[in-house]
Amino acid sequence: MDMPAQKKKLGLRERYAYMTRHLGWETTYQPMDKVFPYAEYEGIKIHDWDKWEDPFRLTMDAYWKYQAEKERKLYAIIDAYNQNNGHLNVTDAKYINSIKLFLNGISPLEYMAHRGFAHIGRQFPGEAARVACLMQSLDEIRHAQTQIHSLSNFNKHYNGFHDFTKMIQRVWYMSVPRSFFDDAVSAGPFEFIVSIGFSFEYVLTNLLFVPFVSGAAYNGDMGTMTFGFSAQSDEARHMTLGLEAIKFMLEQDPANVPIVQRWIDKWTWRGYRLLTLVGMMMDYMLPKRVMSWKEAWEIYFEENGGALFKDLARYGIRPPKYLEQIEFDKDHISHQAWATFYQYSALSNFHTWMPTDDEMDWLSSKYPNSFDKYYRPRFEFWRKEAEQGNRFFNKTIPMLCQTCQIPMVFTEPGDPTKTCYRESDYKGSKYHFCSDGCKDIFDHEPEKYIQAWLPAHQIYQGNCFGEGADPTSKDFNPMASVLDYWGVQNGHDNGDFEGSDDQKNFNAWRGMATNNS
Amino acid sequence: MSIVFLALQANDETRPIIESIMADNPHAQLNESPAMVKIDAEGSLTVKRESVEERIGRPFNLQELQINLISLSGNLDETDDEFTLKWNA
Amino acid sequence: MSVIAIKPYVGEEKDRLENFHGAQILFVGWEDHLIFCAPFCFALPPDTKFGDVVGGVLPGAFSYHPDWAKIDWAKAEWFKSGQPWKPVFERTLAENGLHHKDVLRFRTPGLTGIAGTCS
Repeated sequence: MDMPAQKKKLGLRERYAYMTRHLGWETTYQPMDKVFPYAEYEGIKIHDWDKWEDPFRLTMDAYWKYQAEKERKLYAIIDAYNQNNGHLNVTDAKYINSIKLFLNGISPLEYMAHRGFAHIGRQFPGEAARVACLMQSLDEIRHAQTQIHSLSNFNKHYNGFHDFTKMIQRVWYMSVPRSFFDDAVSAGPFEFIVSIGFSFEYVLTNLLFVPFVSGAAYNGDMGTMTFGFSAQSDEARHMTLGLEAIKFMLEQDPANVPIVQRWIDKWTWRGYRLLTLVGMMMDYMLPKRVMSWKEAWEIYFEENGGALFKDLARYGIRPPKYLEQIEFDKDHISHQAWATFYQYSALSNFHTWMPTDDEMDWLSSKYPNSFDKYYRPRFEFWRKEAEQGNRFFNKTIPMLCQTCQIPMVFTEPGDPTKTCYRESDYKGSKYHFCSDGCKDIFDHEPEKYIQAWLPAHQIYQGNCFGEGADPTSKDFNPMASVLDYWGVQNGHDNGDFEGSDDQKNFNAWRGMATNNS
Repeated sequence: MSIVFLALQANDETRPIIESIMADNPHAQLNESPAMVKIDAEGSLTVKRESVEERIGRPFNLQELQINLISLSGNLDETDDEFTLKWNA
Repeated sequence: MSVIAIKPYVGEEKDRLENFHGAQILFVGWEDHLIFCAPFCFALPPDTKFGDVVGGVLPGAFSYHPDWAKIDWAKAEWFKSGQPWKPVFERTLAENGLHHKDVLRFRTPGLTGIAGTCS
């Protein structure tokens, strides 16, 4: 009787070791420090790269296998969603506006993350770290591409999706996510992995990809649910890599601790500012809400981030700065952000609206300390004005923060009635900030942030007018010309949701889908 | 001790995985949201290959978890037999 | 602090006065009126009279607010970089000592926004 031959299989640990160790060698034509010129200048000391270990112990062969499976599932669902005109099953066309923000603002960041990880994968001298960065680099371009596919599907039916590559570089609020990544990719490889791998992935993407994407599912958007969860399945690995990178640096040399601490402070703050947009998406742009921004923040930042910082305390790492302010502000920032986009709606590539009574009541119940006291009166005033034909469109250029580039909409720590102003003088010029956090970041590396491309100032410098514009001509309309430069179609992409093409089309198409007339 | 968590898509493939996690980690709490579940546990949480295999009736590679994984928190250790999340403090 | 870099690093100041074609940037915020989500950013020639800013420029930005019409400018309190400051309305921005990217705030005592909520 034949006995089946028992093949000796390597265990996960051994397989990982064989596939990620001793693949490199000492170079001979050029010294190692010339081959890896970025490895040391940030001051991070690494003594033994072999101590780097991916806790998933993922190797390239397994990576391809599982990623292929993810892609098959993803596109099966996206195809089904489109074949069934799934976009007409979302709760309301208002919802689509949150996806405009997501797909226009995040997809280009995915691409930039791809480039960033490819770059540091090249620059790290350790093989295991390089393998992990290579995988993340591939993940990120997968996310960019799946999101572009999703965007192109929405673009067939709705406004504001037609020119994301131009918009990310030009539209005023897009400078917020863009400058975040510009800052990260122009740092050294170790700061980059803390900024994206740790702060962005571990501390922050959970808030975008978990509760918001669950909210997309709740609002009937299967397409976004599937690309969101598919991306986040990679993020789980990225978070693990980010945490591993931090622990690795901290364990390699005690001199690394203060450097890493400063990066944690900086990038937690930068990420927190960026997430303001997600807060507003959750509280105002999902017709059916899964949880409030504040609740999501408590679960994913306070509870989860808190556990993480407690765990890192043994290395001498303390929680990031300004936590007290961050905790106070969770009652405010989503409302402040929506108030901003509502009033600058003439200058955006998506629509805004005032909450209904039901929605205001929901906001009151979720924000008992702040909504009725500070924001409801403002919103009810605007709603009444709009009903009387005087919808508020703020058309004056706002003052921006030099660091985060968000208009100066944030309030003093502890006082939601006072705009927070901070400033620094550097080489004879003044620079303004929305917070102590943003001022600290500038003061540490002013030479970097004086280069900020602030849309407000660029418009005044005359750098943001449409092609062929003649600002000296009598009938020159600067605002129309700026919209043209941004790629925003005036009267279609911008303005209130009420009366928009999107609203009319959605209602008409949904009507066609449910009756025969 | 702090809370670790594992978030998984809610679908036919994850049903037996969620079941085995809940059986193997009596201290864990299952939170259901639209399209997903989040399993919270104080201190640590372990997914065991054998428990999943018992329920699905075929060999299971713990790395298959990646396909339906949404998010996690805690320090991870993955071997052929166990996938463990834990906080050290 | 200097930028951590592999070689000497000098940045280009994107918002130098010379880049604004003869104008300078002036930021103006109205205290207790957060219906305007942020202070405003204006580009004005330094020889603009301060009174013309208040009478000719600010209304375009702020007059939407029902409190605007009630302002008694004689009672308004001004702050420059957060410090109490007194403008002379007949003088120009330059003569008032306002430089590129200075920030002014004004408070209008008795006016505290929609339903007194600083909105």
